[in-house]
Amino acid sequence: MSTGFRRLAAGLAAVATIALGFTVALPADAQEMRRGGTLVYGKPKDAVKLDPQNVTDGESFDVTRHIFENLVQFVDEKTEVRPGLAESWSVSNDGKTWTFKLRRGVKFHDGTPFNAQAVVFNFERMAYENNPYHKGPFSYYASFFNGYPGDLEKVYAADEHTVVFQLKKPIAPFLSNLATSSFGIMSPESVKKYGDDIFKNPVGTGPFKFVEWVPNERLVLEKNKDYWDRGKPILDRIIFRTIPENSVRVLELEKGSIHVMHGFDTDQALRIRQNKDLKLYTQTGMNVGYLAMQTEKKPFDDKRVRQAINMAVNKQALVKALYGEFGNAAKNPMPPVLWGYNDAVQDYPYDPDRAKKLLADAGYPNGFKSELWAMPVARPYMPDARKAAEALQADLRKIGVETEIVTMDWGVYLERTKKGDYNGLALLGWTGDNGDPDNFIFTLLGGPSRGGNNIAQYRNPKVDELLLRAQTLTDQKERAKLYEQAQVLIKEDAPWVPLVHSTQLGASRANVVNYKLHPVGAHLLINVGFAK
Amino acid sequence: MLQFIGRRLLALVPVLLGVTFVAFYAMYLTPGDPALLILGERATQERVDALRRELDLDKPFLVQYGTFLARLAQGNLGRSTQTNNPVIEDIAQRFPATIELTLAAMVVACVVGITAGVVSAVRQYSAFDYAAMVGSLVGVSMPIFWLGFVLMLVFSLRLDWLPLSGRYDVALYFPRVTNFVLIDSLLDGNREAFVSGLKHLVLPAVTLSTVPMAIIARMTRSAMLEVMRQDFVRTARAKGLGGFPVVLKHALRNAFIPVLTVIGLQFGLLLGGAILTETVFAWPGVGRLTLEAIYTRDYPLIRGCVLVVATTFVLINLLVDLLYAVIDPRIRVG
Repeated sequence: MSTGFRRLAAGLAAVATIALGFTVALPADAQEMRRGGTLVYGKPKDAVKLDPQNVTDGESFDVTRHIFENLVQFVDEKTEVRPGLAESWSVSNDGKTWTFKLRRGVKFHDGTPFNAQAVVFNFERMAYENNPYHKGPFSYYASFFNGYPGDLEKVYAADEHTVVFQLKKPIAPFLSNLATSSFGIMSPESVKKYGDDIFKNPVGTGPFKFVEWVPNERLVLEKNKDYWDRGKPILDRIIFRTIPENSVRVLELEKGSIHVMHGFDTDQALRIRQNKDLKLYTQTGMNVGYLAMQTEKKPFDDKRVRQAINMAVNKQALVKALYGEFGNAAKNPMPPVLWGYNDAVQDYPYDPDRAKKLLADAGYPNGFKSELWAMPVARPYMPDARKAAEALQADLRKIGVETEIVTMDWGVYLERTKKGDYNGLALLGWTGDNGDPDNFIFTLLGGPSRGGNNIAQYRNPKVDELLLRAQTLTDQKERAKLYEQAQVLIKEDAPWVPLVHSTQLGASRANVVNYKLHPVGAHLLINVGFAK
Repeated sequence: MLQFIGRRLLALVPVLLGVTFVAFYAMYLTPGDPALLILGERATQERVDALRRELDLDKPFLVQYGTFLARLAQGNLGRSTQTNNPVIEDIAQRFPATIELTLAAMVVACVVGITAGVVSAVRQYSAFDYAAMVGSLVGVSMPIFWLGFVLMLVFSLRLDWLPLSGRYDVALYFPRVTNFVLIDSLLDGNREAFVSGLKHLVLPAVTLSTVPMAIIARMTRSAMLEVMRQDFVRTARAKGLGGFPVVLKHALRNAFIPVLTVIGLQFGLLLGGAILTETVFAWPGVGRLTLEAIYTRDYPLIRGCVLVVATTFVLINLLVDLLYAVIDPRIRVG
């Protein structure tokens, strides 16, 4: 199927979805699918908790996405949203009141009805610190609503099947936020019944029901026979297995004892591609890996120094050496798969001579010494930070900048980079949550994000003005323009060396049909089955 | 005898106090904020501060330690800060996996190690002796990761005799009672699950057995050599006893005390968790549990793991002391 046709088909599916209120499964593979079967999924780490509102890690979400559903959900392979537990929605002209019409006749796995009261219960649990069930960090809620309850004025049931969200001010990515996994709707009765143990007794409305969880051994889900979207899911059972060692997980796939997996490096990807019993999946990742400069400390408080560092890094060579064909050099702080990406921005050329001149202009003709921080753990956007740091170190040496590679425990690393408590340069990256540019540019480089994810501690009032204005608009075209302008200013200020957008990888046995990777890193098995 | 056991058990208390204190203090000194690690990359500062208060992290060290002891006295190990699961449940699930693996590894290590040691001593400087001693040197120095992979490639992928990793075939269901796969599957009368559990045990047990096996073989050999030179062995031979009876009944029994000591120590060490073997074979044991707890600064879980591992170590030593008396009646306990 050509991409053009696929896009058209996806468009038609979206139209059909909205028109008919249910989704149409399009066969993406030519293989014919049989119903039923048990699929074993190999994960590098086990889920932390099965309370979607209270976790932030992808490994937990990969499980909860099958048990819980959101009011709206992302379409396949894209970050546009389609109806989920809500059939339709509308927003007031001032962008502050959102009204959702809920799907009727849906039941939680415990038999209790899904209705507007249930939605209100879930959001009150997340939003209000004095709510008796508000136990846990609810980090995504706080981050998307700016605190507890933050920008939420109130949420209420207008009738049995209508929920209204009243916001204090417009939140531009509100709808896509609701599609992120942490806004999965839980059965209120289960939350009351299980109390502190709710994290291991998940009850949702999703296509799969929870059966058993023996941490690090197996996590079993089975088909929800009463699922509202008739004909789904295809599989009878999913078993998640935790296999910590990447190469062992690949061997398990080769042997056939697991059917789908993620978490492997580029060498293993090539090996999987050559094996005719296996399939390799690639997806332009919604992420960015970057080298941040501490813009509040000398010498990186000088724009010329930051530009010089940009020119000193041989980005193409670095990406090729570390990612092979599974990564693209980055020039902006957000990936090109997102709307609002400014492709007209020119990246700094690789030019060590000009870099040296810039350093001399800034008063460092003989270069200087700096720290270069590297993450201690593999991240989706950077599987081997140590190697990246070594390549950068060699590049920077050529313009007289001597760096010392520093690494430490992951928790401490995050803590100190967030506070800007490092001298010079630090590697880090980001994977998008909701497919909104705000979730990259504002989160990572907005002035108010200093002390948080803006580890460069970068602040430009002009950029902030653009980003804050974009947050209040609901028109995507207008917002895109503002983000495009911000990218130009950020390029000039050069708080980072944007390094790479890595390709997301997945693998399965050849007889697995309809498996797709999603830009937000979700691994979904709802439409997946085995070949006949 | 009972008095001796009682006294030794009582002596456990100061040992465990010391161990928990050191573990507690080490974690206290280690940088890294557990509150931030729990809340993740997206947490707000107020939330981090509030959680620090909730976890008592803002209190002085001695107050934190005192609270911990008070709760421990009531048998309360608390809940994991990462998963919110009661620590005692985590340990009850993971420790049996470690015991199962360790027992299997020690059986392999003892059977092969003692046999090799005895034969090497009896046939000193023979080809077998040299081969066994070189083999044991290799055994001690073989990287676990490498050995694990070689075994997997040969016995699982190439020959397809054994599964690669995990504790059992995840598609088989049997109720969990003790969390020992072999026991639970037997209780359930599930033959298939039992065989699956046994098959899954082979490769990790063999991998884990190499180091203790080599140490046991060397210790057995040298102890045997020493005993065999003694007068009573010569006397036994002079009486006309030959071959096996002398070796097994007279020599090995006398040589067994140091061997037993080594076995006890190795056993205790392995029960502390074999992180590498557990990682390669996706074996959910207590070693990886401890490691993950340290990574995430999960203080209650770290303390729970340290307590259990230390208690086991002390108990194994006690058992070894009691066994001394069984083997050598001249040794009196008490």
